[in-house]
Amino acid sequence: MSHASPADPTPARPPGRWSKRHSAVVRVTHWINALCLVLLFMSGLQIFNAHPALYLGSASNFDAPVLAIDAREVGGRAEGYAALLGHAVETTGVLGLSSVDGRATPRAFPSWITLPSRQDLSTGRNWHFLMAWLFVLNGVVYGLYGIVSRHFARDIVPGRADLAHTGQAIVDHVRLRFPHGENARRYNVLQKLAYAGVVFVALPLIVLAGWTMSPTLDSAFPFLTSLFGGRQTARTVHFVLAFALVGFVVVHVAMVLLTGVINNMRSMITGWFDTGEAKDEGIETHA
Amino acid sequence: MRDANPTRRGLLKAGLAGLGGLALAGCEGGGGDGGITQALFGTEEALTRRIQGLLAGPNALAREYGEADISRSFKPNGSTDPQDDAYRALVKDGFSAFRLAVDGLVDRPGSFTLADLRAMPSRTQITRHDCVEGWSCIGKWSGVRLSHLLDTVGVKPEARFVVFHCADTPDEPSFGDEPAHFYGSIDLASARHEQTILAYDLNGAALAVEHGAPLRLRVERQLGYKMSKYVMRVEVVDSFAKIGDGHGGYWEDNGYNWYAGI
Repeated sequence: MSHASPADPTPARPPGRWSKRHSAVVRVTHWINALCLVLLFMSGLQIFNAHPALYLGSASNFDAPVLAIDAREVGGRAEGYAALLGHAVETTGVLGLSSVDGRATPRAFPSWITLPSRQDLSTGRNWHFLMAWLFVLNGVVYGLYGIVSRHFARDIVPGRADLAHTGQAIVDHVRLRFPHGENARRYNVLQKLAYAGVVFVALPLIVLAGWTMSPTLDSAFPFLTSLFGGRQTARTVHFVLAFALVGFVVVHVAMVLLTGVINNMRSMITGWFDTGEAKDEGIETHA
Repeated sequence: MRDANPTRRGLLKAGLAGLGGLALAGCEGGGGDGGITQALFGTEEALTRRIQGLLAGPNALAREYGEADISRSFKPNGSTDPQDDAYRALVKDGFSAFRLAVDGLVDRPGSFTLADLRAMPSRTQITRHDCVEGWSCIGKWSGVRLSHLLDTVGVKPEARFVVFHCADTPDEPSFGDEPAHFYGSIDLASARHEQTILAYDLNGAALAVEHGAPLRLRVERQLGYKMSKYVMRVEVVDSFAKIGDGHGGYWEDNGYNWYAGI
């Protein structure tokens, strides 16, 4: 991995223009992670559908769920709804009541987003735990690499200088003016904050919340239920974090598209990032 | 918002599931058919069982809660009103004719009345019941420790599992056939765990029919579907391959993992 460092552009490419942005470990673990998150999300929704309500505390207070997605009869007609803290919104067609083989069917999340499509808790659980193992093992490889190679310290954890530019970076991003050229070679402060939040907070926390739902692991590690304030709170946190990660992925993919999809995809597949591809449009930049 | 464009949704799903080269056909598998996904699922279950077993060890206790934590209503699930004739007759006379059979690979097969069981050393525990569906209820269970019962009859050295034969018949009977009775199984280590009991009381009162009267298994470190209700017979075996469809229980025969620690 002699080309691993962005500070060490290889002479095989025009100097100054091409840089090796992502190491092989980062690229492989990134795509395994992407696969895992998609399948974990889809199988997770399948599992949620078995009891589509969320609670706080140790046990379920069935009369007062935090969130419930269900079907009900209103004026002789079936409708789907989602209710947050008792405030219901009609969601027929997507949540609560959606089409399965052409027939309106009560189910929380629709068949096109669950794995498997049909209501099948046991298979959904099998997929979820299979991908959870792959996800955790992949995360361990990435985490160890990130520490040992100093990838975290160098590229992910924002430094004081990065943080000082947070305000300007937000203004630039809102105007869709992104760093170009040499400045795009390293992550800007918003990227670092987003990646650090996902890598160091959201992903570890969603795993811990998942483990807290396991009665056997709760017996092994009683602090788990205390940490989250009860198994049902952990389940709610697990659900909220899953959708927070969906939000991250939406923004992440939008940024990949907005800042040069070919260059970005090339750099995450082959590692090579073309710093000269996009012309600097003369914005204020912060190296 | 009706499903106006199923083709596009189908493509979206295929695209999502196909990411990384996983065949959609594989994703839709399950339910006992063979193939690579089933092999992977089996590997995952064995890995989870082994690692959780190492982490928790044989003796770690499930958390026990206080009286104030007890759920106001404990949600009945699975079978709640068995229609089996012999069981209906037992309910009718308050289980006075009930006898729990304990047999199989034991030295002294026995049969016990509820009074016999209540006279044995009991354990009371306020524990959280976690359903595979995702919800939890907290209840106070009292019952006889399964390990005491096993010691009473003497378990043979070749024994590995304890099978619970139950009164309920969860499936609609197929034409001309006797409906199959529910059954479940756990390994001997789980059976001997301190909190593993055959419960006869819930929250200080004799078990109601909806909760599995007269006896319900409690295996506090696993999910609710392992905790057989309406237990009529306890059989000690070295293999459950020849019982039911051979997967170790009614739910297991319907695709659920035998190990339910998560």
